[in-house]
Amino acid sequence: MVSDNKINIWVVLRTILLCFIVFVTLYPFIHMVAVSFSGKMAVMSGEVTFYPKDFTLDVMEHVFGDKRIWVAYKNTIIYVVVGTAIALVFTTCGAYALSKRERCPFYKVVNILLIITMFFSGGMIPAYLAMTWLHLDNTIWAIVLPPAVSAWNVILMRSFFLNFPVEIEESGKIDGLNDIGILWYLVLPTSSAILATIGLFVAVSHWNSFFNPMIYLKDADKQPLQIILRQIILQASSTDQDVVLGTAAENISENGIKYATIIVSILPIILVYPFLQKYFVKGVMIGSVKG
Amino acid sequence: MKKTSTASAAAVQSSAPLPLKKKSFAKRFYQGRYLFILLVPTIVCLLLFYYLPMYGIIVAFKNYKPFVGIIESDWVGLTHFKTFFSNPLATRTIWNTILLSVYSILWGFPAPIIFALILNEVQNLKFKKFVQTVSYMPHFYSTVIVVSLFTLFLSPATEGPLYKIMLLFGMREGKDLVGDPAAFRTIYIVSEIWQGLGWGAIVYLAALTNIDPQLYEAATIDGASKFQRLLYITLPSLSTTIMTMLLLRLGNLMSVGFDRAYLFQTTTNTATSEIISTYVYKIGLQGSSVAGLSYGTAIGLFNSVINVLFLILANTISKKLTETSLW
Repeated sequence: MVSDNKINIWVVLRTILLCFIVFVTLYPFIHMVAVSFSGKMAVMSGEVTFYPKDFTLDVMEHVFGDKRIWVAYKNTIIYVVVGTAIALVFTTCGAYALSKRERCPFYKVVNILLIITMFFSGGMIPAYLAMTWLHLDNTIWAIVLPPAVSAWNVILMRSFFLNFPVEIEESGKIDGLNDIGILWYLVLPTSSAILATIGLFVAVSHWNSFFNPMIYLKDADKQPLQIILRQIILQASSTDQDVVLGTAAENISENGIKYATIIVSILPIILVYPFLQKYFVKGVMIGSVKG
Repeated sequence: MKKTSTASAAAVQSSAPLPLKKKSFAKRFYQGRYLFILLVPTIVCLLLFYYLPMYGIIVAFKNYKPFVGIIESDWVGLTHFKTFFSNPLATRTIWNTILLSVYSILWGFPAPIIFALILNEVQNLKFKKFVQTVSYMPHFYSTVIVVSLFTLFLSPATEGPLYKIMLLFGMREGKDLVGDPAAFRTIYIVSEIWQGLGWGAIVYLAALTNIDPQLYEAATIDGASKFQRLLYITLPSLSTTIMTMLLLRLGNLMSVGFDRAYLFQTTTNTATSEIISTYVYKIGLQGSSVAGLSYGTAIGLFNSVINVLFLILANTISKKLTETSLW
C-alpha cells in the first residue's frame, strides 16, 4: 500500500489506544493478584497497585481454609462436567439427525420448534414453575438439563455436519452401518474441532452460571461457586465479621479476601484460556458465517 | 457434477422408483428410525424446558395457586396486565428497560466495530495477535466477577483504583458511584463494553479479512484517501454483518441482561436500575408468597411480546433498506 504522509501520527495514536485497551483489560487482574498477596496495612492505606506490598500468604490460606469455597468448587466442577457431557451428547445426536433433511422424521416440526426458541421463551417464572412441576427444582438436573439443547449450538453443529462428504456416509451404508453407526464410526472421529468448540462454550457458561442456580437451587450445600462468590463479595465490612471469620488478628484485609476469592474462581479459566482460545474463536467464525 | 452426485444419492436412498413424497409416512418413518432415535433427546428437552414453560404462560391469565394446580386455578383474564399498567412503577420499569437497552446499543454496538477497524490496520502481526488475545479474555469472566470488580474498584470504602482516579480529577469525594442512580446506566454500559469489546470484534475482523485487497489497491491508484477507502470499500463490505448483528441486538431490545442489572442493583439505585426482568424476579420469585407468580408471569409475557414485535419490525425495515433479513 502507498503510505500517506499523515500515517505516522495515525500509527502513533492507534498504538497508544490499543496499548490503553490492553492495559485496561489486564490491570484489574494484576491489581487483584497484588492485593491478594499484600499485608493488611498496605491494602488499607491504598499503597498496593501493581505488585504485592509486604508479601503474605495469609489471605490465600484464609480463602483456601474456607469450607464454603471448597464445597462450591466441587459443586461447580460437577455441574460443568455433567452439564457439558449431556449437552455434547444431546446436541450431537440432534444436530446429526437434523442434518439429514430429507430422511429425518418430523424434520420440519422439530426445526420450527427449535427456531422459535431463539426468539421467544416462556419467561422467568413459567420456567421456574415448569421445573417445580417436573420436580426437578433444587436438584442438579435443573442446572444441567435446560441448557443441554440450545438452538444456537444445534444449528452450529448441524452446519458442520452438512459439510461432511456424502460419499463417505454412503460407503458406510454399503458396509451395513445404520445412521447411528455412521455417526459414531465415521462422522464423530472427524468432528473433534466442533465438539471441542461447543464443549468449551457450554463448559464456560456452566462455570459462570449465576441465574439458574440462584432461582432453582435452595440448599446451601448445592450452591456453585458464582453464588458463593457473590455472598463473599457482599459480606458487610464490620469488625464483628472479622471476629467471626477470625481475621481480626491476622494480616488479612477484607479486600484481600474478596479479590483472592475472585482469583480462585477464575483461575481455571485463565489457565486453560491461552491453549483453547483458538477453538473459541473458531466457533464464533462458524456461527457468524453459517448462522 | 453436483447434480449427478445428488441424483445418485437419491437413487441409493430409495430402492423404489417412486419419488420421496409419495411414500407412506410409516415407510419413511421406518427408513429414518435411527435418525428419529437420535432426535429424541432434543425433542424431549425442547418440550420439557422450552414448551412446558410456554404452556405455563397461561398462568398470566389465572390466579395461580401451586397447591390447587394450573388447571383448577381461576381465570382472571387481563386483570394482572391492568394491575401492572395502573401501577406507576410499571412505567418506570418499562422506561428504565428501554433506556438501558437503547443506550447500551448506542454505545455498545459501534465499539467493537471501531475496535475491529483499528485493529485491522495494524501491520505488526505479533502485536495484533497479542491485543486480540488479551481483549477476548474478559468475555470469559462471569458477570458476577465483572460486577464485583467494578463495584470494588469504584468503592470509596476500599479505596478502589477507579475511585482514586476520580479523586485525582476532583470528582465524587467520598461518594459511592455504584449506589448512585444517575451513574447506574453508565457503569452498566462501561462494564458491558469492557467485557465484550474484543469478543464482539471477532465477527467483524473475520468479515474484514474477506475483503479483496485488490479493491484497496485499485482505489489507492485512483487516488482515494484512507478515509475514502474506509467509506466506500470497508464499510459497504461490512454492511451485511453489521445489519445482521444489529437485527439480533434489536430483537433483544427488551431483554437486557438480567444478571448484570440485578448484580449492580443496590437499595439506593433502583430509580434507574429497576428493569422489567429484575422487577419480575422480585415480584414472583424472591419472596415466599405465591401471590406474585401470576402477576410476574403477566409482566414477563408483556416483555416477551414486545421483544418479538421489535424483532419483526427491525427485520421488516432491514429487508426494505438493505435486503438483509434474519429469515
